Amino acid sequence: MNLRAVLLFTFVLMLFVGTGIVQSWNVALTIFNMGLVSAIMALGVNMQWGYAGLFNVGVMGFVALGGLGAVLVSMPPNTEALAAGGVRVVAGLALGGATVIAAILAWSRAGRWGGWAVAAILLVGFFIFRTVLDPGVQAVEAVNPASAGNIGGLGLPVLLAWPVGGLLAAGAAWVIGKTALGLRSDYLAIATLGIAEIVIAILKNEDWLARGVKNVIGLPRPVPYEIDLQNSAGFVELATELGADPVTASSIAVKLAYSGLFIVILLGLLWLAQAALASPWGRMMRAIRDNEVAAEAMGKDVTARHLQIFVLGSAVCGLAGAMMTTLDGQLTPGTYQPLRYTFLIWVMVIVGGSGNNFGAVLGGFLVWWLWVQVEPLGALLMDAITAGMADGSWLKGHLLESVAHMRLLTMGLVLLLVLRFSPRGLLPER
Amino acid sequence: MDILNGLVVLANFVIVPATAYGAQLALGALGVTLIYGILRFSNFAHGDTMAFGTMAVILPTWGLQALGINLGPLPTALLALPIGIGITALLLLGTDRLVYRFYRAKKAVPVIFVIASLGVMFIMNGLVRFVIGPDDQRFSDGERFLISARNFREMTGLAEGLAIRTTQVITVVVAVIVVAVLFWFLNRTRTGKSMRAYSDNEDLALLSGINPERVVMYTWLMVAALATIAGTLYGLDKSFKPFTYFQLLLPIFAAAIVGGLGNPLGAIAGGFVIAFAEVTITYPLKKVLGYFLPETLAPDGLVQLLSTDYKFAVSFVILIIVLLFRPTGLFKGKAV
Repeated sequence: MNLRAVLLFTFVLMLFVGTGIVQSWNVALTIFNMGLVSAIMALGVNMQWGYAGLFNVGVMGFVALGGLGAVLVSMPPNTEALAAGGVRVVAGLALGGATVIAAILAWSRAGRWGGWAVAAILLVGFFIFRTVLDPGVQAVEAVNPASAGNIGGLGLPVLLAWPVGGLLAAGAAWVIGKTALGLRSDYLAIATLGIAEIVIAILKNEDWLARGVKNVIGLPRPVPYEIDLQNSAGFVELATELGADPVTASSIAVKLAYSGLFIVILLGLLWLAQAALASPWGRMMRAIRDNEVAAEAMGKDVTARHLQIFVLGSAVCGLAGAMMTTLDGQLTPGTYQPLRYTFLIWVMVIVGGSGNNFGAVLGGFLVWWLWVQVEPLGALLMDAITAGMADGSWLKGHLLESVAHMRLLTMGLVLLLVLRFSPRGLLPER
Repeated sequence: MDILNGLVVLANFVIVPATAYGAQLALGALGVTLIYGILRFSNFAHGDTMAFGTMAVILPTWGLQALGINLGPLPTALLALPIGIGITALLLLGTDRLVYRFYRAKKAVPVIFVIASLGVMFIMNGLVRFVIGPDDQRFSDGERFLISARNFREMTGLAEGLAIRTTQVITVVVAVIVVAVLFWFLNRTRTGKSMRAYSDNEDLALLSGINPERVVMYTWLMVAALATIAGTLYGLDKSFKPFTYFQLLLPIFAAAIVGGLGNPLGAIAGGFVIAFAEVTITYPLKKVLGYFLPETLAPDGLVQLLSTDYKFAVSFVILIIVLLFRPTGLFKGKAV
């Protein structure tokens, strides 16, 4: 960390403190907590892009898989639904997996008719998969559809769900990496773009898994509830002693607890990432990034290293996704938009400084703050512009309505300006 | 009779819609593939370029409709198409001047162009939402059907009807004209030849005195026309919503890659492959099979292989299969 980094981090801190003073500490902490999550996502993308030059535009999918992990681990199991169709669902999924494995095996020892054999296996397997799975799914979804209709989870502590979310994302990344890495860089981009859309489609439509667009709400929390704090005499006494309203104090205390948890994880990841970057492994990664041909000539297995870093980075994104779902307390597949969960993370990495972990973290906080605050700032600007116009005129109404879309324009502008005038970002690699 | 009825059902629900959709995808993929061939990067802003172009057509269309000018049975949007293409061309040339030219001069690596195109995508997306809003817009007018299902039944006496919408016919006709003009331009004119030469071998093209900036300018003009036409046809056929256009990026890229990136003929083939696969796999084939198969074999279920919500999965799976077995695409594309 040099002077520039210290100054920039202080500046970002001032932004949050300023938000706390001008708006409210509740708002500042809400933005700060999401900033922490964004910083972790940016860290994951920076591993892939900054260390290895891999272009992953499927961040949204990995984040959503992390969220799914949080639901599947922490929600209580829905025993009735499991009894109704659990066996069939598991058997169906196992058969589906077996079909794919059988097809891959058949292909690897393919003779003359290998292609046809694979096609036949896939076709037959698909129909068996659907016949076994579909009744199970219907049985599960029929159980109490208004409030459940899904298989529920394992009922384990939610903190355990975070690494599981990372593992889910890592598994998906392994499959994608196995197919698309080693081809041209654009192909990885398109493949990740596709897998992200598919993950979201699955989350939206497979109601038995996580209730689809009906959303899973009320996830267990790793921190106390506001209402419990307000009912505890000790906390109310402490709050009044500090001269604060107990209701506000409780919500701030909960947010601070989340911040504490997230900061521990961010610092841990940052330490690991820095240690990895400074190790021989990190030097090898950068050597591969800077000249693949030379690295390969030195005996480095470029594709295997790319797969490794791709899986690691995606796991970090998945972890962040699980943390975000926990913070929200709900999984809402309808809200996952690529502009917000994929491309905004890219803006964070590019603006912060690709290849520099501190840069990614800085970008995460700064860009997230900007993303949230552009709207009120834009509203002020629009108010100023339209102040002279007649009330009720069409243009005035239209301009005031359009404020919500200023965000996208601003983010695009920030990305293009940084890319053009400071392509190495605010905190360059070195 | 059963077989005829089955064919009509198949045509009505699969062949006609997939042909129209395929033509739209092919036009979109042609734009992507041209940019890839000449400027050598995957343009992530293409979906939003299409959205912008369509918006630039919709606004004059509304103006013309308000003035009472129309084309009779044809949609007024066709009249507004040149205006939309002009506006989009100005935007694309401006973007090239402000954004891409700098990186071209620096000879930046392709991925930097891609990231710049992400920034352009954000701005265009914001611009479209800013001007016309994020909601659904309808702008088609004129005759709705060329043949309606009822007329068809009366004409032929079959039990099943075949409806052909005007927009579907227009889509195919316009696409054929555009593709014919494009190929004539690329193969017969001096500029088209210089574009192909530049795409094949940049250094040789420069040595033989081809002006790269001119080639790039023509590329953007053609991309503007292709994107605007593709977007407008899609909007006429379905409806205009900025986010849907952004999501079209995936099937369009899939089409371009399946056909072979940088190969115009491949882009067209890829568009139809993706469209037919998507529609066939997500359409419940029960009725069709019921006509074709003997009664004892008629299926119980809907025989819908995947629900329509998974149409992205179809383009994706085809993409993966092609990437695994023929990384350069069906027609030989560039492998950089």
